[in-house]
Amino acid sequence: MLLEINPLVLPDPGLMIWSALAFAILLFVLGKFAWKPIMKAISEREQGINDSLATAEKVRAEMAQLKSDNEILLVQAREERAQILKEAKEIKDKMINDAKEQAKDAAGKIMADTQQAIENQKMAALIDLKNQVGNMVVEVSEKILRRELSNKPEQENYIKQLTNEIKLN
Amino acid sequence: MNQATEQHNNTDQKEEGDFDVAGTILNHIRDDHSWHLWGHTSIHLPVILKTDKGFEAFSSSRLSDEHHQLVVYNGNYPYKQVDGKIKVMNADGSINKEASKKVFDISITKNVVSMYITVFLLIIIFLGVAKAYKKTGVTSAPKGFQSFIEPVIIFIRDEVGKPYLGHQAPRFMPFLLTIFFFIWINNLLGLVPFFPGGANVSGNIAFTLTLALFTFVIVNVNGKKDYWKHIFWMPGLSTGMKIFLMPIELLGVFIKPISLTIRLFANMTAGHILVLSLISLVFIFKAVSASAMAVPFTVFISVIELLVGFIQAFIFAMLSALYIGMAIEEHHEQELVL
Repeated sequence: MLLEINPLVLPDPGLMIWSALAFAILLFVLGKFAWKPIMKAISEREQGINDSLATAEKVRAEMAQLKSDNEILLVQAREERAQILKEAKEIKDKMINDAKEQAKDAAGKIMADTQQAIENQKMAALIDLKNQVGNMVVEVSEKILRRELSNKPEQENYIKQLTNEIKLN
Repeated sequence: MNQATEQHNNTDQKEEGDFDVAGTILNHIRDDHSWHLWGHTSIHLPVILKTDKGFEAFSSSRLSDEHHQLVVYNGNYPYKQVDGKIKVMNADGSINKEASKKVFDISITKNVVSMYITVFLLIIIFLGVAKAYKKTGVTSAPKGFQSFIEPVIIFIRDEVGKPYLGHQAPRFMPFLLTIFFFIWINNLLGLVPFFPGGANVSGNIAFTLTLALFTFVIVNVNGKKDYWKHIFWMPGLSTGMKIFLMPIELLGVFIKPISLTIRLFANMTAGHILVLSLISLVFIFKAVSASAMAVPFTVFISVIELLVGFIQAFIFAMLSALYIGMAIEEHHEQELVL
């Protein structure tokens, strides 16, 4: 046998039996009472660490989210303020314009009324004048009629004179 | 060195004061029926033999006399230790080869005792660590020995288990961890030059072969359909090629555990031989001054052996995981187009 040349490379069956027994005992005892709880504990610890890290990351993200939310709110508030200010200004302008408009209208109306009143007064005055002229004419005519109607040219002059007087008005 | 070789050649005609280097080294690395402690003191371990006349057990002290010379012990047969092995002797003092073959030696040898010291140590250590996990829970940081063991376990899980076994890793972690720590502690004990250590367990081919056989069994028991298909009928190749590859692949199934056996055996034995050779320099040169060179070298090699002890245990576990991973892998049918 080739293997018998050196006893070093010839596996001793007795030792193999003892080795197999030793390894089997170890595999059983350690597998049942050591590796199972140890591996479980290690993976649990790793799970715990991973969870904690994930939670921390989540919280950080939430904080960032909150911060950006706050910023957005701030920007929105600013915009709203600007909007409100703008609107207020618009309302103010509108009110002023409206007031101006109304005042103008009112003034216009007053002017028109006044003109109307002046016109009316004027008409009234004219009518009055006309009445007076009529009366005057009647009076003048009376006077003329009371005077003798002999002097024809003189009459004519007189009429002319009267007529001129009327035109003066 | 010539002198050393000459001395080695002349071992048969040993003179007083002559030093047999090869014999001494071989005696140190081979299994023994007694465990030498110091000087002339040694522990005589029990010899257990099974012959066609049944079991018999006796102390190995019966195999040597008070002058430490090997003698014949008359049990069921006349036994004598020859080169560390128990042989049946003839009346004229020669070896009875026929009868010797029938002797099945299951003695508690030095290696067996050393191995069971390791088993004892491992059980004490890991049950203690497991208890520590139960007691302190998982919320607190590991303490004491637990904090030394935990990174190693995580290392084995992340560097050996996960890369080769993927999601199936938890199933095989107990085997991988056991084989790794068993080899590692045996390697370390082998480096200790005095009593509880000193046995060359992990450098014994019977030990490494046994562990490799465990891997072999686990690989082939867990082998999936794809694994066997790749051995006997390699997919994606022509029929001629399939037939050609079959014996090669089949041979590979057996070469894997053999390579595991020889790698660990050769590495650990080589380390022991190296350290012993360096120490032997002192005796070869027969000068204390030689120790000025021999001792630093021995320390250097011993430190390297410390590393090798870890690396070999790691490689054994890693290759076991690799072989298991190859066997349980489920291929997503990727046909080779040639």
